[in-house]
Amino acid sequence: MFKVYEVKENVFANNEREANKLRKELKERKLFLLNLMSSPGSGKTTTLVKTLEELKDKLNMGVMEADIDGIVDAKTIAELGVKTIQVHTGGMCHLDADMTRQALTEMGTEDLDLVILENVGNLVCPAEFDTGAVKNVMILSIPEGDDKPLKYPLMFEVSDVVLINKIDVLPYFDFNIEQCSKEIHKLNPKAKIFPISSKTGEGIQNWIDWLVAAVHDWQQ
Amino acid sequence: MHELGIIVQITKSLAEIAETNKLTEIGSVTLEIGEVSGIIPSYFEDCWQYYRRKNELIRNAELIIEIKPGVTFCEDCRKIYETVKYGKECPFCENENTFLVEGNECIIKQIEAR
Ligand SMILES: Nc1nc2c(ncn2[C@@H]2O[C@H](COP(=O)(O)OP(=O)(O)OP(=O)(O)O)[C@@H](O)[C@H]2O)c(=O)[nH]1
Ligand SMILES: [Mg+2]
Ligand SMILES: [Zn+2]
Repeated sequence: MFKVYEVKENVFANNEREANKLRKELKERKLFLLNLMSSPGSGKTTTLVKTLEELKDKLNMGVMEADIDGIVDAKTIAELGVKTIQVHTGGMCHLDADMTRQALTEMGTEDLDLVILENVGNLVCPAEFDTGAVKNVMILSIPEGDDKPLKYPLMFEVSDVVLINKIDVLPYFDFNIEQCSKEIHKLNPKAKIFPISSKTGEGIQNWIDWLVAAVHDWQQ
Repeated sequence: MHELGIIVQITKSLAEIAETNKLTEIGSVTLEIGEVSGIIPSYFEDCWQYYRRKNELIRNAELIIEIKPGVTFCEDCRKIYETVKYGKECPFCENENTFLVEGNECIIKQIEAR
């Protein structure tokens, strides 16, 4: 005979426990894990490359590519002399804390200060699964439109930083940065918003300064 | 895709519960799914049928879905209303200073197992 077992547990609770455990270990190892999320084509790889170029003399870094076109992306990044691995999501639309832990082990993180995880390009699933990262960063690019906070609220709720990318093309789109920032702050009052162009480099320094400070804070 | 990811996550929790309680077979899994959780019950059912063939523990498990309605609270007039019917704008005072109280969850309520 079957017996009834009351569970009453949020589906994500198990992953959240794993993620918190991973974060604690990262703290002990003084390793900063950054989870980078966005829709496909918003400029994750371009922004990553810019970021790595700016920081490669200051920090020891690694990159984990979960993107489907990751082979191309991993190659671009390896050319910068940064440690890179390809993460296999097994056809899944996101990475969870377990998969992230495995990827970190596979890569080897001794003497690294910062690992950046390029998550799967999608605004829904990655937001639901805590990877164990210290901070979440999302990229929203100008051509995608300023209504994204309304359509994908959870993504904006979980992001510590929103990079509004491709501001060099602002004249061609009716993207209202001020209005969009307001919507983001309604969902997440603590979110830092940095308008940037990974192409021209405009605004990048603000983002780099934030990241360096966040890594130092974590390593204290 | 989205639904499948959640099912994989559920089976991880179920595996833990099974281990703690020394269970080998699950007969049913009851989920409470919020109306505005973004989960589509019919996709969820399809993914369940697909995934249970790959997972020993839930091979014979029936999926029971209970839908929980979305409820929104208005901070301006302090009333609650049905989220799906009215959305972000409060039907009483027409302001948008509102937030979701309930209806975004996905909870494993109970299982039948042995
Ligand atoms: N104008 C402009 N184009 C940009 C900017 N950043 C990236 N791009 C272009 O946008 C396209 C996509 O950029 P990627 O960096 O490959 O974007 P991604 O998010 O890594 O894309 P996927 O990995 O395919 O999801 C490329 O053609 C880039 O050159 C920017 O700031 N301004
Ligand atoms: Mg890319
Ligand atoms: Zn009202």
